[in-house]
Amino acid sequence: MDYVKLINCMRCGMCLPACPTYKETFLETASPRGRVALVRKLQEGQLDQSDQLLEYLSLCLDCQACASACPCGVNAGELVAEFTCERKAESGLGYLENLILHKLVPHPDRLETSMVPMRMYQRTGLQKLVRRLGILKMFPKPLERMEGLLPDLPARPLRQEIQEVTPAMGQERGTVGFFLGCVMSLIFSDASRATIKLLSSLGYKVITPKNQVCCGAPNMLGGDLAGLKEAAQTNIDIFAGYKVDFIVTDCGGCGAELKKYGHHLEDNESAELFSSKVRDISQVLALHADELRAKLRPLPLKATYHDPCHIAHCQGIRREPRELLKLVPGLDYRELEAADACCGSAGTYNIERPEMSDRILKRKLETIRASGAELLVTGNPGCLLQLKKGLGDHLPQVRIMHLTEVLARSMDA
Amino acid sequence: MEPSFIKELQNIVGVQHTLTDRESLAVYGYDSTPEIESLPGAVLLPGTSDQVAQIMRLCHGAGVTVTPRGSGTNLSGGSLSAGGVVVQTSRLNRLLEIDEENLTATVEPGLITSALHREVESRGLFYPPDPGSMNISTMGGNVAENSGGLRGLKYGVTADYVMGLETVLADGELLCTGGKVVKDVAGYSLNPLLVSSEGTLGFFTGITVKLIPKPQGKITMLAHFPALQDAALAVSAIIAAKVIPATLEFLDKVTIKCVEDYAHVGLPLDVDAVLLIEVDGHPVVIAEEAAAVAEICKKHRCSFFQTAKDADEALKLAAARRTALSALARLKPTTILEDATVPRSCIAAMLKVIQDSAKKYNVTIGTFGHAGDGNLHPTCLTDERDQDEIKRAHAAFAEIFDAAIAMGGTITGEHGVGLAKKKYLPKLVGESGIRIMRGIKQAFDPKGILNPGKIF
Repeated sequence: MDYVKLINCMRCGMCLPACPTYKETFLETASPRGRVALVRKLQEGQLDQSDQLLEYLSLCLDCQACASACPCGVNAGELVAEFTCERKAESGLGYLENLILHKLVPHPDRLETSMVPMRMYQRTGLQKLVRRLGILKMFPKPLERMEGLLPDLPARPLRQEIQEVTPAMGQERGTVGFFLGCVMSLIFSDASRATIKLLSSLGYKVITPKNQVCCGAPNMLGGDLAGLKEAAQTNIDIFAGYKVDFIVTDCGGCGAELKKYGHHLEDNESAELFSSKVRDISQVLALHADELRAKLRPLPLKATYHDPCHIAHCQGIRREPRELLKLVPGLDYRELEAADACCGSAGTYNIERPEMSDRILKRKLETIRASGAELLVTGNPGCLLQLKKGLGDHLPQVRIMHLTEVLARSMDA
Repeated sequence: MEPSFIKELQNIVGVQHTLTDRESLAVYGYDSTPEIESLPGAVLLPGTSDQVAQIMRLCHGAGVTVTPRGSGTNLSGGSLSAGGVVVQTSRLNRLLEIDEENLTATVEPGLITSALHREVESRGLFYPPDPGSMNISTMGGNVAENSGGLRGLKYGVTADYVMGLETVLADGELLCTGGKVVKDVAGYSLNPLLVSSEGTLGFFTGITVKLIPKPQGKITMLAHFPALQDAALAVSAIIAAKVIPATLEFLDKVTIKCVEDYAHVGLPLDVDAVLLIEVDGHPVVIAEEAAAVAEICKKHRCSFFQTAKDADEALKLAAARRTALSALARLKPTTILEDATVPRSCIAAMLKVIQDSAKKYNVTIGTFGHAGDGNLHPTCLTDERDQDEIKRAHAAFAEIFDAAIAMGGTITGEHGVGLAKKKYLPKLVGESGIRIMRGIKQAFDPKGILNPGKIF
């Protein structure tokens, strides 16, 4: 790790009020400034790589709210992630990690097949039975949590159903490549279907290459940099085969990762070109706000927006989703307090650190309650899963939707 | 630290709130002060003021030192401890009362400054002190350091708002000073003594501050000056014209270049100084004041003057000042931020000294700050790995402090003496000053267990 990145932290403390785990604990070890110091002291030999130190670092959500708050450009979340990645790379992947990251994640078909039992489990009514009987209590805690987070699955993954080419409606203004995220395809297929529809109705031909693979974010999380690079190169090559103006995604996590391909594959022009074309769906839709407005019909709902970390902090996108929501006639938009504070989902954090994740989620739910909204809008599948579960348990009167679902619904209203 | 003693600390605040692992001690070994670190023996997070009193009693008996700490944003090393107990106030963070009849707020020491701002402003009231770190700094820390901020020129500093304090003394006894009364001449004024005592005289557990009505309006203005001297004269002229702006901030040429390189806010690179001016108060009055400010700036040969039409534009105008520190800090790994302060009539002379010292010692210093208060932030951009440059930076600052003292100014306007400025204090206050301060310390803390080694 680059030592200069560590000593750039001037310890001013501006990151402290932005950090979800500091807000919960008030502990310096649970703050971005503290994490940078821990990694730095480890590098300087003042501390050892103790279990305690790793435990402190693992409390980081990598939400990167600290990076947005830092006056001197230090990204503590990314530094911790980089450190974890390097450490895991050194110690090698475990059997299960290797299986998941190398045998499952890079192969969309296998990933889809792996979900079939889950779908069966829901369709056959087995889920209801299992939940009623409390059978999950007999399994390890993380499994019980994963099961609880899972919403109703679509009948088939979107990737299998979608046309590779969706023509533009009306006059064609350009072509976009659609990067269909794994979780979007497997779980939130309605939202991605809405994304394609919106793009097409605004005059874009939408190409969804069927052979695209996972963006590689899970590899990064697991410390598998080589796997990430391989995924990146595969996707770059696939999209290079089409002439597209933008590469669009409606998954905040994928978007953040795709935009970093140029950084991960150093001195690789095609990677830089790829990353420069990547846009979050809100960025593309906002380019055509006036046209979109003309197509929208009233949705009389009190709505608010939760900024996914991967969209607000990692990609710096805050204005566009709000502008788009305000286009919807009759929609009563209200700003959420601390809208860009993490919801506690953070990849697999909500399964690995359930206690802290729940505390952070609770704070988020409080602000949603206070906003008086009946509809919560966001743009990332991780947040959708976490907040859907949280709302279901504590605020069942509030619905949650992806931004594109709201806009598509308004178009159909 | 003895395991039996740690056990006793745990008995007071609980195991969960007693930190003694190596990693925790390491990260409580710093605050926001560059270059200074010092390892404590334990870190405690009490949850009640009674626990604070118990900690003080225990440590007093055992002869263990206690250093109060808020969020650790101190800029003079004041919240560091060498082997003693650090007591973090974060859990004592309740806003106890807003008294709208007496116009006071009573808070616990760990309350975040901006949280108080939000609460009182929602009721049409105003607590003016706004240190740069207000989103994380604590009220206890603000009182202990007598924090200033951008609104100091018109509204004063923390000391001007402290009305009452509840302080746990070194031996655990409680001292209550002042309260909600506007007039109080009974005996020595102890509040001002405790404010800016940097944790060396007592541990605040309750703070009552004065509130004022929230100003009804605000006008933000920005002026560019090709000549530094003209900007400095404009500052004096504005005040001589009996306009007291809420904010009168200054950016020098080095800072302007850094801000423009980093944030592209549209600053010209051929000007020597930029002033950000804000007047607040009754709409009719501020309209007149803004007109006067515009006229004075133009008379002093500003090359550009803009008045914000609305809140959005005001934010844009203030962007340069808001990004000043970030822009400078990004340039080099190490940022040494100082706060030498002079009478405002000496601003131009002080800026000249800063520029000359930077040149003489071949270091980069960008200066911005509260021109209206004479409180400048010469900020040295350096690299802690370059010990030679660090030495030269300190030599430059030593000259700057000497010059500030010679002009009737001070070595620190708002960061405190702590460890960082200790060696300069005798020059400023003289032997008699140090003797009296030591006497006061002796009266409050004869065993010397409260934040030892700070100030003198």
